Amino acid sequence: MKPINKITSVMTPLDRKNVDTDQIISKEFLKRIERTGFGKYLFYHWRFNSDGTTVENFVLNDERYRGSEILVAQENFGCGSSREHAPWAIQDYGFNVVIAPSYADIFYNNCVKNGVLAIRLKGHEVDELIQKGKNELFKLEVNLEDQSVVAQDGTHYKFEMDPYWKEMLLKGWDEIALTFQYESLITAYEEKRH
Amino acid sequence: MPKTIIEKIWEQHIVYEEQGKPDLLYIDLHLLHEVTSPQAFEGLRMNGRKVRRPDLCFATMDHNVPTRNRDTIRDPISRLQIKTLQDNCDEFGVPLAGINHPDQGIVHVIGPELGLTQPGKTIVCGDSHTSTHGAFGALAFGIGTSEVEHVLSTQTLWQSKPKTMEIRIDGDLGFGVTSKDIILAIIAKFGIDMGTGHIVEYTGEAIRKLTMEQRMTICNMSIEAGARAGLISPDKTTVEYLRGRRHVPQGADFDKVAVQWLSLATDQDAKYDVSLSIHTDEISPFVTWGTNPAMGSGIAGHVPYSTDFEKQADRDALQQALAYMKLEEGTPLSSIAIQHVFIGSCTNARLGDLRAASQVVEGKKVHSSVTAIVVPGSESVKRAAEEEGLDKIFLEAGFEWRETGCSMCLAMNEDSVPAGERCASTSNRNFEGRQGAGAMTHLVSPVMAAAAAIEGHFTDIRKYMHESVPS
Ligand code: SF4
Repeated sequence: MKPINKITSVMTPLDRKNVDTDQIISKEFLKRIERTGFGKYLFYHWRFNSDGTTVENFVLNDERYRGSEILVAQENFGCGSSREHAPWAIQDYGFNVVIAPSYADIFYNNCVKNGVLAIRLKGHEVDELIQKGKNELFKLEVNLEDQSVVAQDGTHYKFEMDPYWKEMLLKGWDEIALTFQYESLITAYEEKRH
Repeated sequence: MPKTIIEKIWEQHIVYEEQGKPDLLYIDLHLLHEVTSPQAFEGLRMNGRKVRRPDLCFATMDHNVPTRNRDTIRDPISRLQIKTLQDNCDEFGVPLAGINHPDQGIVHVIGPELGLTQPGKTIVCGDSHTSTHGAFGALAFGIGTSEVEHVLSTQTLWQSKPKTMEIRIDGDLGFGVTSKDIILAIIAKFGIDMGTGHIVEYTGEAIRKLTMEQRMTICNMSIEAGARAGLISPDKTTVEYLRGRRHVPQGADFDKVAVQWLSLATDQDAKYDVSLSIHTDEISPFVTWGTNPAMGSGIAGHVPYSTDFEKQADRDALQQALAYMKLEEGTPLSSIAIQHVFIGSCTNARLGDLRAASQVVEGKKVHSSVTAIVVPGSESVKRAAEEEGLDKIFLEAGFEWRETGCSMCLAMNEDSVPAGERCASTSNRNFEGRQGAGAMTHLVSPVMAAAAAIEGHFTDIRKYMHESVPS
């Protein structure tokens, strides 16, 4: 996993709540057996009409946001299916950070495991960012070490982060290798119970 | 100190704990299917790792499998995914109920059937509806593919202890009201993300009276309320369901283990972080009208009005949902015409579900404008149903009787609802495009789906049924 710490980028405002993982990556793209190449299918049915033409007013089709690394959305982002293809698609498309007031548990875990930084800000702070991000191209500076987001107008936001996952993201650790350090404990547990 | 079942199971599975870190939990059963596992096995291969405990794994193929012409999977990518699981199971020694195996079925249907699912176990699967197994008093939750790889290599997971939540269901289930209606009513009442960060225990007299199959329907949809897991303390019903099943201890050993299982039940006076309750008087046969499972109401209700909501965000969500569902504010639910009926999925495709639906359709005909299919949850359900002659009842009424699998629940195989058409579905998700791009899904119980198939539109099953109460 690639370490992540500072990201500076224009934000992409996605003003919807309860965005489910079926929308993030639709089932017809889950048949691939690789982890890569999902980016072009991100939000597929919101980006494209059934005849393959682009949906005009969908934010990801707005050229100005091309290259943005920060997606900002409303509460309960990533609900529904556990498919890890959702963060794979988000990352492969180019987003390294998601900001929302809340996330579904499994989606949040899946982000951490892939080095996608999922940040929780307060509801009114996200509203504020989305408004600004809709009005103009709006740059954010995300800093995981400091647990801060600094907007281009100088507004400062703080976010909470579990220290364990923070360390994992900053160092880009392989969690399995880490767990192997506890192998003797796992064996001892198995001798007792399994 | 009195403890909840959640705390008891958690504590029994801690391999390592340290202040400020998640706990390292041991996993007793790891279920796998073809969609969320290939990248995990590939990860093992890339790093030269093994499956630590293949004997604690069990795999099946369910999402992609055809429900007709079992042996010709036309989509080459589906075919590859199924073959990949077969190859991975061979290579790593993981037990598999493959496509033509008599135990094949939807992963959350076969785990309990085979007795792999047991009280007190920690159970994971790369699938959010793993919560289904909680009906047995197991701690069962969905994980992502990286976590699948982690469990394959270490048989453990790092987990932060979630908060506990009780949802008590008081009262008796009324005529024509099913456990599907209970869970839809809970989600509608408390919201699609009320369970985030929590493990829910369902309690109360209504729960105690349910069969194991009905309990599974409730636990299955815990994830639709955002809960990490949902479970029910084991009781006599749990024990009797498991007695004699293939993977449970037999004879006197069974009675011994059953005592242990029962001791897991939540202690009297145990405290939860959150306690909620609902009375069955508030619950009637449900129909969802929107694009998430909380957007639903009793059949006598109607699609809400914008003015019913205070917050602009909720009004926007209503408009987005109605635009997709091609519905107007205020439309009575019973006036909504449907073109498809799907009786299937890990929520509602067990024998009891099929029996109940068959009682409704017996001697009647599917409406001329409706295509209706029944997809049994497993080979074993299918065999049992056929022994009872349920297939004949459905076929005579004009339903199609298919092979098992996830099928139209998520439409990864060839079964899907065409764009612009509407489906009464016994599955668990009505998200945009879930049953096919542009398809519109309404979630209902099996008896409500059966009645809609006959009438061509939703109808109150309580008016429709004249005989006994299927539930
Ligand atoms: S039936 Fe539907 S919800 Fe259940 S495992 Fe299959 S796809 Fe998932």
